[in-house]
Amino acid sequence: MVTSADFTDLPGRLIVVEGIDGSGKSTQLDLLHKWLKSEGYVTVFTEWNSSPIVRDTTKRGKRKQLLTPMSFSLIHAADFASRTHEQILPALQAGVIVLADRYVYTAFARDAARGVNRRWVRDLYSFAPPPNLALYFHVPLDESIRRIAAARAEIKYYEAGMDMGLSEDLQESFRLFQGRILEEYDALCDEYDITRIDAAQSLVNQQLLVRELVEPLLEDMPKQELSRVPTHLQTGLASLAASAAGGSG
Amino acid sequence: MTQVEFFGEPPPGIDQDWLPGRLIAIEGTDGVGRSTVISILKDYLEAQGWGVVDSGLRRSPLVGPGIDQAKVGHTLDPITLNLFYATDFWDRFERIMLPALQAGMVVLADRYIFSLMARAIVRGASREWLEQIYGFAMVPDQVVYLDIDAEDLVLRILERGFDYWESGGDYLHEVSIYDGFMVHQREQLREMSLMAERYGWDVVDARGPIEEVFEQVRLAVMPTIEGMPQDAR
Repeated sequence: MVTSADFTDLPGRLIVVEGIDGSGKSTQLDLLHKWLKSEGYVTVFTEWNSSPIVRDTTKRGKRKQLLTPMSFSLIHAADFASRTHEQILPALQAGVIVLADRYVYTAFARDAARGVNRRWVRDLYSFAPPPNLALYFHVPLDESIRRIAAARAEIKYYEAGMDMGLSEDLQESFRLFQGRILEEYDALCDEYDITRIDAAQSLVNQQLLVRELVEPLLEDMPKQELSRVPTHLQTGLASLAASAAGGSG
Repeated sequence: MTQVEFFGEPPPGIDQDWLPGRLIAIEGTDGVGRSTVISILKDYLEAQGWGVVDSGLRRSPLVGPGIDQAKVGHTLDPITLNLFYATDFWDRFERIMLPALQAGMVVLADRYIFSLMARAIVRGASREWLEQIYGFAMVPDQVVYLDIDAEDLVLRILERGFDYWESGGDYLHEVSIYDGFMVHQREQLREMSLMAERYGWDVVDARGPIEEVFEQVRLAVMPTIEGMPQDAR
């Protein structure tokens, strides 16, 4: 229930990645996930905006452009609440590793960029357990725009912040809005204990850094017998380190 | 004129200080007769020439269908359910209530944030958290509370039948739906009475026949409405 208290006793570990689209955070989390599985750790993966109960409402709101800054904020909080209740908290109670692709900081950054009161958004999410490790993958604005443009056929209405009326032009609005989000993320890194990772460096080097940061958290985490781990995953850190040394990436 | 004032920090996108309309919330528990009273009051005011808009829970085009769907499976935890309703409330405020107030109409809200808070509180959510979240709501010109006790209330429910959520089925562990209803409604009514005192609502005895209840509500709201600019009529 909503009390700030009883998060300290949770035996699990919560690891979250943050960053704007195109920062490579999902790739890094995926690589971490595979490594943890290959080591036999029990993991639970959860993704922003994916609650089976709430997701359809958010989708409809986006498709029909029904969302305003406040309803955008509230419906994403509902989605997060549902996943916290059904997925994140029980997994932490069960003592396993939870990997979250985006966490409350996504809402803090996006909603503030939409003009929603910062204090209010933080209060809204006070039911969220604090992560054991939060990683922010930082890319400069120009680089992230280049990456998204390369990956997408078109930029979506809400990710360009078109609801804000910053510019009539989609590209220009996208640039302005993403710029605001980057500023919010920068401030969040100071406000919270968020580790900043330079996402301009090679993918492999970033992953080595991620694993180094995660390793101290793995103590006491339950492991499956390695025989139960799919053989194609039984590679571990060694091969990656070798490939990094070999100069790839 | 209605002063635009919020319970907490003003939400983004609302830049007026004054609105010509009137915002009147009719609060009360499940089955107390709110909707019937509002429907009669709306007809009455319209016959007098006032523009009236009513808005009830789950009627938001954004969230309404989603809540209905989710409630069928009984899958919602109190926090998610509450945030769903908060979204529904906000969507209706921006889309229905605010434009009507701007246009100088009387808005009759069939429940306001208070019912939503009471429901979440009896399910264990923190009062402080709820007050923070619902700080986004505009302070209404008037709240009329239809007051009843669980013993009188249950007699009105018998014929239409009992509802899972109105009987606290999601959080109580009563063997019968009747017991669940009584326990849940007593708790909810206690919360609402506390709020009535705290926020200084106009309390109407809702135990009598609908004509009597309507007359009391009419007497309570007319001074608020008659203060409106005549050109709104």
